[in-house]
Amino acid sequence: MIKMKYREAVRAGLREALKSDPRVFLMGEDVGKYGGTYACSHGLLEEFGPERVRDTPLSESTFVGAGIGAALGGMRPIVEVMTVNFSLLALDQIVNNAATLRHMSGGQFSVPLVVRMATGAGRQVAAQHSHSLEGWYAHIPGIKVVAPATPADAKGMLLTALREPDPVFIFEHAMLYPMEGEIDEQAGPVDISKAAVRRSGKDVSLITFGGSLWKTLEAADQLALAGIEAEVIDLRVLRPLDTPAILASVRKTHRAVIVDEAWRTGSFAAEISAQIMEGAFYDLDAPVARVCGAEVPIPYPKHLEDAALPQAAAIVKTVQEIRHG
Amino acid sequence: MNCFAEAGIPDLDREHGLKLLHEMLRIRRFEEKSVELYSAGKIRGFLHLYIGEEAVAVGTMQAFTVDDAIVATYREHGHALVRGTPAGSLMAELYGKASGCSRGRGGSMHFFDAARRFYGGLAIVGGGLPVAVGLALADKLQGRPRVTACFFGDGAVAEGEFHESLNLAALWKLPVLFLCENNFYAMGTALARHQAQTDITLKAKGDGVPSEAVDGMDVLAVEEATRQAAASVRSGDGPYLLEFRTYRFRAHSMYDPELYRKKDEVEQWKRRDPIATFEARLRQWGLLTDEEKAQIESAVDAEIAEAVAFAEAGPWEPVEDLTKDVYTP
Repeated sequence: MIKMKYREAVRAGLREALKSDPRVFLMGEDVGKYGGTYACSHGLLEEFGPERVRDTPLSESTFVGAGIGAALGGMRPIVEVMTVNFSLLALDQIVNNAATLRHMSGGQFSVPLVVRMATGAGRQVAAQHSHSLEGWYAHIPGIKVVAPATPADAKGMLLTALREPDPVFIFEHAMLYPMEGEIDEQAGPVDISKAAVRRSGKDVSLITFGGSLWKTLEAADQLALAGIEAEVIDLRVLRPLDTPAILASVRKTHRAVIVDEAWRTGSFAAEISAQIMEGAFYDLDAPVARVCGAEVPIPYPKHLEDAALPQAAAIVKTVQEIRHG
Repeated sequence: MNCFAEAGIPDLDREHGLKLLHEMLRIRRFEEKSVELYSAGKIRGFLHLYIGEEAVAVGTMQAFTVDDAIVATYREHGHALVRGTPAGSLMAELYGKASGCSRGRGGSMHFFDAARRFYGGLAIVGGGLPVAVGLALADKLQGRPRVTACFFGDGAVAEGEFHESLNLAALWKLPVLFLCENNFYAMGTALARHQAQTDITLKAKGDGVPSEAVDGMDVLAVEEATRQAAASVRSGDGPYLLEFRTYRFRAHSMYDPELYRKKDEVEQWKRRDPIATFEARLRQWGLLTDEEKAQIESAVDAEIAEAVAFAEAGPWEPVEDLTKDVYTP
């Protein structure tokens, strides 16, 4: 095992993909000369050349659509949309083309497209650059949605996504890029169908994904000091959702708290809650609880941004409430 | 341009002339039958007819090989017919039958045919352009001398994707042929009511794409211009845009009361009916006899009748298959 930053793991995945498959190419805003907004593609233009590492104009709809077309044409494009915030400009291509073409054509066409984008808040970049919309994407049948929370998943999910015949959307939380973690030097593809138990426990299930995983683990540490053994489930994949893993944990702990940075109303956290009601209602000793983002455009000042996002203290407090409520 | 007509000398192969007429009539009769079947309740949903614009699909398609790709819009019945998808498979698609070209799942607006590289049938205005750019990028990266033909209407030029796609194709010198079917109305909004610059060729030039306007009611002019533009695109010179000035004789769709245009205007354009005018020219040049015309008409009638019978006889997709192919099995 070696230590590696999340962004280096993404880069290692990109590099391996470009080296091993001539059909793979990377395109997006500032992925080439600039080296990637988050430095994920630093050095790749020099190594693989401008045909395979392509800087695009600021035209999200068209370069995502071109990714769809290139995938239809036999390539394996990796499209980097700088952030989820800008992906809103490409929603038509994603919802109306990428997600529909296979079914609508009666199974004639697959779209083996991989789209990566940064997501999430926490860097004081205010309301227009702090969205967490992966739950919206998970609403759409026809695409797969993954949220790697560790360096091994950041690299491995990318490699697996490239082997998928259907579109895969990878959400990389912007706060994770500088984070360091242990990774096998030979780390390769990982499954993109299962949730992972990141900490085992018997008293409560904390269900989360992406950037919120680390705050949730921090909360679990604090709960352990108070004698509460929390189980932490990292969903990893939002579509298709690993419902059996969620239900198995809840059946063991009889309590569930969902932690999700997105707004609570109509959220992915609501979906998980509904799945628990449908599948494990009689196993519950307390109502399912959610720790979500406050229902505001994320503000710029640090104290307000912190207050708008799920924090370890709020997770601990919520667990204590449903334990004694 | 139409050197044949201007010179008054038919420099046109007889068989080819008859083929063009035949193809236009196939579209016209297919569409007329569709209206009838719509009224009979056999076809539902949206139905956008191509009547009046036949010369564009027929003329352009002569320039493409089986390896080229086609991306079309929701008004694509004619394009698929000329591309070679069997009429029965298209009619069955209008019925929603499993024997349709998209297993009945798309209907009128979503014809697909992988074997003929027909990529839709994409019904969001402007949404096909980026996909066409990507198909062309795949060809360029794989060193294949193919053309991607991308059809869209005058309404699409108002979308950001129009300029984004032209720019990207020009910037990367991609082999896309942009084919604008300008019928002067974006649904009910006239071109001059939504564009400050109504000359679409100028917009293309502004984006770095060479362009030309063509009489879209003249099948020979359409063919000639498309052959030249396709040759340029195929040779690696980058994208090209052709603007075909044409007109739809029928309403936008079956629900359109046509409050936005005058009957006189429609009648004036109908005098330039691409089929009637081409037929007259063929006769004038001695390339069409009454007997040949009758033969074409009866062949088309038989083909359409057979298509309807195929659609009628086709099975419905079983409900158990509803979610099949949301993902690749």
